[in-house]
Amino acid sequence: MEKLRVENVTKIFGKQSANAMKLVEKQMSKTEILQKTGATVGVYDASFTVNEGEIFVIMGLSGSGKSTLIRLLNRLIDPTGGEIFIDGEKITRLKKSQLQQIRREKMSMVFQNFGLFPHRTILENTQYGLEIRGIAKEEKRLKAEKALNNAGLLAYKDQYPHQLSGGMQQRVGLARALANDPEILLMDEAFSALDPLIRKEMQDELLELQANVQKTIIFITHDLNEALRIGDRIAIMKDGKIIQIGTGEEILTNPANAYIRTFLEDVDRSKVLTAEHVMVRAMTINVENDGPKVALQRMREEEISVLIAIDKQRQFKGYITATDALNAAQAGEKTVREIVQTDMPTVEPTTLIQDVLPIISDCPTPVAVVDDGKLRGILIRGVIIESLASATQEVEDHE
Amino acid sequence: MSNFLNQIPVLPVGDVVEDIMDWFTDTFSSVFKFIQTDGTALMDSVTNLLISIPPILFILLIAIVAFFATGKKFGLAIFSILGLLFIYNQQLWEQLMNTFTLVLFASVVAIIIGIPLGILMSKSTLADNIIKPILDFMQTMPGFVYLIPAVAFFGIGVVPGVFASVIFALPPTVRFTNLGIRQVSKELVEAADSFGSTGLQKLLKVELPIAKSTIMAGINQTVLLSLSMVVIASMIGAPGLGREVLSALQRAQVGNGFVAGISLVIFAIIVDRLTQSFNKKSL
Ligand SMILES: Nc1ncnc2c1ncn2[C@@H]1O[C@H](COP(=O)(O)OP(=O)(O)OP(=O)(O)O)[C@@H](O)[C@H]1O
Ligand SMILES: [Mg+2]
Repeated sequence: MEKLRVENVTKIFGKQSANAMKLVEKQMSKTEILQKTGATVGVYDASFTVNEGEIFVIMGLSGSGKSTLIRLLNRLIDPTGGEIFIDGEKITRLKKSQLQQIRREKMSMVFQNFGLFPHRTILENTQYGLEIRGIAKEEKRLKAEKALNNAGLLAYKDQYPHQLSGGMQQRVGLARALANDPEILLMDEAFSALDPLIRKEMQDELLELQANVQKTIIFITHDLNEALRIGDRIAIMKDGKIIQIGTGEEILTNPANAYIRTFLEDVDRSKVLTAEHVMVRAMTINVENDGPKVALQRMREEEISVLIAIDKQRQFKGYITATDALNAAQAGEKTVREIVQTDMPTVEPTTLIQDVLPIISDCPTPVAVVDDGKLRGILIRGVIIESLASATQEVEDHE
Repeated sequence: MSNFLNQIPVLPVGDVVEDIMDWFTDTFSSVFKFIQTDGTALMDSVTNLLISIPPILFILLIAIVAFFATGKKFGLAIFSILGLLFIYNQQLWEQLMNTFTLVLFASVVAIIIGIPLGILMSKSTLADNIIKPILDFMQTMPGFVYLIPAVAFFGIGVVPGVFASVIFALPPTVRFTNLGIRQVSKELVEAADSFGSTGLQKLLKVELPIAKSTIMAGINQTVLLSLSMVVIASMIGAPGLGREVLSALQRAQVGNGFVAGISLVIFAIIVDRLTQSFNKKSL
């Protein structure tokens, strides 16, 4: 179900916004417009919808307008043009008091540098949103304590923010946002200030949270790995424009242009690609019909020494080797049933390459990709390594 | 050339200003009179109350406050006891209490006016642009210039003394309040806004508490400035240590002048250290 809809939203900073608007329509670049009018294009003509319960990631390089876009959603920044709808309600035309009401009830924000109030204790920080809404003292405390407890920080409730580590502070930031029980969470580079290990932990926590209490989350990052890890869909921005929206896979397999491809450079593909993406067609032998002579013939033809054994329904049975087939043929066997070996590892089509790598490096044979018992293909070490390297290759080719 | 310059008639700036002042004094004379009489009565009663406290008790109270305010250190407490005993010993106790009242009233009024002005400046660029040059102007003026309107409005006595002191001491509180609020980090302001705070909620729950130590630094300066006006205010009849300094000056009594001057310095040091330590403690 649609939760949030953004229609042709534009934000231009500076006095000559009308002039600047005309120039953007003429496809003039951001720097040229700045030189001509002194106005900065923050966001230009952004349109997208976010569904309920979705994690929608916005990414892009520094200055591409991510922060501006997310602040347009709760109108910390007022758009120059365009409309924004939340639950079908147009929030771009609300009066101040109505807007405050929406901010209190529907959405909370988590900040890059945590945005905790230094003069308030952890509990008082967590209570802030409730306090603003005028919730009774006892209820306020209970709700805030519950949120802190979920974040595992109840013991610190009487401490001040500076007494906590960065990771803990951001957990408080998240707890403060959640204490309000908002429907939408806006997170502007919420994990960017944390070191990689803590960051990964927080991503996991966010995913877990998402599994437990379905929130609609708009998450900003400039790290593609993070985007791919947590995002249901990803929007990529450049110079204030959204240039591609899609699932991580869509963007990786079909990058809209060279700009997006440069992002892929620093993605570790093994964390994104699955077995399905890199498997190759398997040379098979049917254990119900074929004999060892057919097997040998096929191996010679394809110049391989292993065939994957299947039955009529393409159910995976194992494999046979050239040596066994030769022996069986000399012994006058009519079928290969007796020489099928079953110690070949199998993975599912959706298994991540990073999980395949340890299996395949310990194993002399290829790995079978099996879906519900059915053979889909095989993974060969050389091919996997090739595909991991290809991202860098593509970028270099382009240049 | 000089002939030509002499042909320009003297511009009647002085006359115009005088007319405006006259109009002001006439129109608001009842208001000024009310403030003058009631203000004088109020301040006299405060001074009398202070004088009625046995000096030894007063000194001990100050020492105790100093002891705790400075984090249970003896330095300021001992200095206060010795210093105040010295002033008492020099028969200047009553004058000290008069000065105390003057500084107290001037500071409180300056703070009551200054903080809202500072808040206004921090919220409105227009107000900022208008008030800032006025503050600059006020700070470049020598303090005794303010005696002229003070006398015009209120005649002589302690009330015009307070009036002149307030104007002289006002700028730091206004400036520091403005600065303190503008310094609150953008992210914290956004955090407050993003939870749907009203302007007032944001001000009271986030901006003022965070700006507090900056504002306190401004208040400290305001208090010290109003103290420095004590001698000047005595020129228009405000009682206190300043009057002793002034009369010693007029009669060239070096010794008396020195004693009164030292007493003022002692008082200033105690006031300064106390207001500063309140600020540190509140951090
Ligand atoms: N208040 C403002 N006034 C003028 N220009 C602004 C303002 N805020 C942002 N901009 C400009 O808008 C553009 C987008 O900025 P924004 O902060 O949204 O980028 P970002 O993608 O969040 O970058 P980063 O990754 O560095 O946070 C930039 O060119 C910036 O200079
Ligand atoms: Mg940003």
